[in-house]
Amino acid sequence: MALDATATSVTSDPPHSRPARSAPWIETAFEWLTRSFAFFVFCILVGIVASLVLGSQLTLGKYGFSFIWSAEWNPVTEEFGALVPIYGTLVTSAIAMLIGVPVSFGIALFLTELSPSWLKRSLGTAIELLAAIPSIIYGMWGLFVFAPLFQAHAQPFLVSTFGGIPLVGQLFAGPPLGIGMLTAGLIMSIMVIPFISAVMRDVFEIVPPMLKESAYGLGATTWEVVWRVVLPYTKVGVVGGIMLGLGRALGETMAVTFVIGNAHRLSASLMAPGNSIASALANEFTEAVGDVYFSALIELGLILFLITTVVLALSKLLLMQLAKSEGVRA
Amino acid sequence: MSAVPHPAGTAGVVHAGNRLYRSRKRVNFMLLGISGLALAFGLFWLVWILGTLLYEGGTALARASLYYQMTPPPGSDGGLANAIVGSLLMVGAGTLLGTPVGILAGTYLAEYGRSGWLASATRFLNDVLLSAPSIVIGLFVYSVFVARVGHFSAWAGSLALALIVIPVIVRTTDDMLKLVPNSLREAAMALGAPVWKMITLVTYRAARTGIVTGILLAVARISGETAPLLFTALNNQFWSTNMDAPMSNLPVVIFQFAMSPYQDWHRLAWGGAALITIAVLVLNIFARALFRKTD
Amino acid sequence: MNATNASIARDRPTIHTAVRRADPQAPGAADFKPKFRIRALNFYYGGFHALKNITMEIPERKVTAFIGPSGCGKSTLLRTFNRMYSLYPDQRAEGEIVLDGEDLVTTRRDVSLIRARIGMVFQKPTPFPMSIYENIAFGVRLFEDLSRRDMDERVESVLARAALWDEVKDKLQQSGQSLSGGQQQRLCIARCIAVQPDVLLLDEPCSALDPISTARVEELIAELKSDYTVVIVTHNMQQAARVSDYTAYMYLGELIEFGRTDEVFIKPKKMQTEDYITGRFG
Repeated sequence: MALDATATSVTSDPPHSRPARSAPWIETAFEWLTRSFAFFVFCILVGIVASLVLGSQLTLGKYGFSFIWSAEWNPVTEEFGALVPIYGTLVTSAIAMLIGVPVSFGIALFLTELSPSWLKRSLGTAIELLAAIPSIIYGMWGLFVFAPLFQAHAQPFLVSTFGGIPLVGQLFAGPPLGIGMLTAGLIMSIMVIPFISAVMRDVFEIVPPMLKESAYGLGATTWEVVWRVVLPYTKVGVVGGIMLGLGRALGETMAVTFVIGNAHRLSASLMAPGNSIASALANEFTEAVGDVYFSALIELGLILFLITTVVLALSKLLLMQLAKSEGVRA
Repeated sequence: MSAVPHPAGTAGVVHAGNRLYRSRKRVNFMLLGISGLALAFGLFWLVWILGTLLYEGGTALARASLYYQMTPPPGSDGGLANAIVGSLLMVGAGTLLGTPVGILAGTYLAEYGRSGWLASATRFLNDVLLSAPSIVIGLFVYSVFVARVGHFSAWAGSLALALIVIPVIVRTTDDMLKLVPNSLREAAMALGAPVWKMITLVTYRAARTGIVTGILLAVARISGETAPLLFTALNNQFWSTNMDAPMSNLPVVIFQFAMSPYQDWHRLAWGGAALITIAVLVLNIFARALFRKTD
Repeated sequence: MNATNASIARDRPTIHTAVRRADPQAPGAADFKPKFRIRALNFYYGGFHALKNITMEIPERKVTAFIGPSGCGKSTLLRTFNRMYSLYPDQRAEGEIVLDGEDLVTTRRDVSLIRARIGMVFQKPTPFPMSIYENIAFGVRLFEDLSRRDMDERVESVLARAALWDEVKDKLQQSGQSLSGGQQQRLCIARCIAVQPDVLLLDEPCSALDPISTARVEELIAELKSDYTVVIVTHNMQQAARVSDYTAYMYLGELIEFGRTDEVFIKPKKMQTEDYITGRFG
């Protein structure tokens, strides 16, 4: 599909010549029209960063870097800190990746090596539909369907199994609420699966058949071929795909907002409610009163935007590098 | 199972009884089985979520009042008419605003910008923007538009949606135009056509299905977006088609109703959710079918 | 007619000398022991009938070349010998390919065990994305549990056999992909022989190599036949004449002629073979 992150179309430059009869001003006008719109797109990103920086001037000046590690969040005393939302964002994204990456790998493996070709397309489309489902739907389903079941069955099980173990037990402490950071992370893992598995599928498909046949020819099993030859061969693309999933997870808003519990508390337990940057913004922005509160929220937005931009830029660089080396090899 | 001796009689008799062979086979079987389970895992959630939507939202969708009554005050029954219309208006406006920008920018990238810094930088930043958190887009539009103008409005909401539409269309237009073979362009130039005519009359035509597919996918994407509308269009209890004022829309209504404690509101939220999902899936499947037909 | 006779006369001296260089002893038919017995082999890519009723025998410890124009099926035939077609659901074979008493087409045994005995080298070198050492060790570890010292020895001996040891002995931990084309191909050959097969299948192994690397690989092939049965597909007739003991000429999926290389090239039995060899068509 056209929107996959690894789409490469290697064509030579389009032919442009100036026939004698053309009206030169239309030519230049059209080119300048398209160029200015491209420039506009370029400016959007720059503009976003600029406006966020401007909007958070107050708290940027007031706290400087200490904003990042302060766990304070008090609209009354107008003291704010980003630690709790940042922590929530990182923890939920980590959970999402821990589950999402292996599952995506399994799906990509199955679809490229095991599934018969007639099944491949429909299964692939089905998985991609997971990406089409709007985030708010995941949120609603998470809150009304998943969370109660999670609370009633899964969480007590987790507490009883892991609660006793010294360090790990801390992660699964506290009353089963159904909602919380763990739930948010689990739901996000389902949401990132289509993105990561699509990129993995694409890069697995372009492994040269001769390379795989060389490994099969030695007598290797399918798993050995995938794990020792396909995966190392595609590792740049795989990491790029993982970073794409991470970028999406970090910015995920509605699904998280419904189930994370909206609590400005730091806790070691994954089952506790918390906050992510996106959910804090979604819940509090329209209610915020006072310039400092406002500025704090915008600064949260700035931090989120910077983190996701860095991750997504890295992902893009890796996938571009893969495309370039494919060109070299081919 | 027969043993297969190796030449020169060295160690390494490989037969089915060999322990190493058997454990490799076991590992292979297990891990391939796990990958099948991974696929089943993914499909399981898909089926469960869609099933829930149909079940919970189905009854709400079947009631005609959903489509002509307004969003009710807390605790009473009603419909989603104003939200549906609001969403249609803003999605429409967002698409109308964003599509020309996206197509023209994508045209620059594919047709003029094969070399030079602007094209590669724009392409790079565009892809970053494509996956960027939409709530930040909402913040951005709030800061530059809503704060300046002084009030929430449907225009602001449409603007936010347009900013989400643009990267999608830039990407698909760029990709689709690059797929058009150069021989087609050369044929047009050979006839004496100027570059801008070659692009608009020949290249666009050749890529039109792909570009339309991109537009459909962009529409599908913004139909379900909530975060960008939270601080721009806000919400409106009443019927309004005034683009200059807050406007009701499905995603924000769903958000508000679902987080409330009222059963009636919950039911309406499920109906709205089912409605959005059906629209999005239909658009997606239609876009794919359209795209595949051209291959 | 005269022109053609002249061209035949022009071509013959080269092939003559090439064939003599390859097999000066010119042993008799007595030492032809069949390694593969192929009977009525038919092969299909989906609906396309790619190999038509092939019946032949591949001699043990000799080099057999498959020659013929593009699309004649020589690579297809080669790839049936190690059941490579089993990877692709729409490819199927009918008939018999008997290797040491076992029919590869209908055997119920696990294909990977069969492939362990047969090595394959491809048109383009295919080093695995691992170090040079690991490239070799990967295959060995599939079947043998060697100590570090034994593995080192094995790696060294196969690299020496493949005439690559001196060039890589100081950089065994470097990636296999850092070698030159000719070196990579010799690495692939070393990788094959590390698992101690009895058969080597070479599918146009020199087509991506420069003439010097080609010559070294050909030297290697001539050496290897003392221990392995070698089957080589080549579109280069001179190479076939240089390197092989027996040659099979194929055309459009059929086996036209099979015999000792010197006979096939100098005194072909079929008109079609002669036409191809003398370059009347390509």
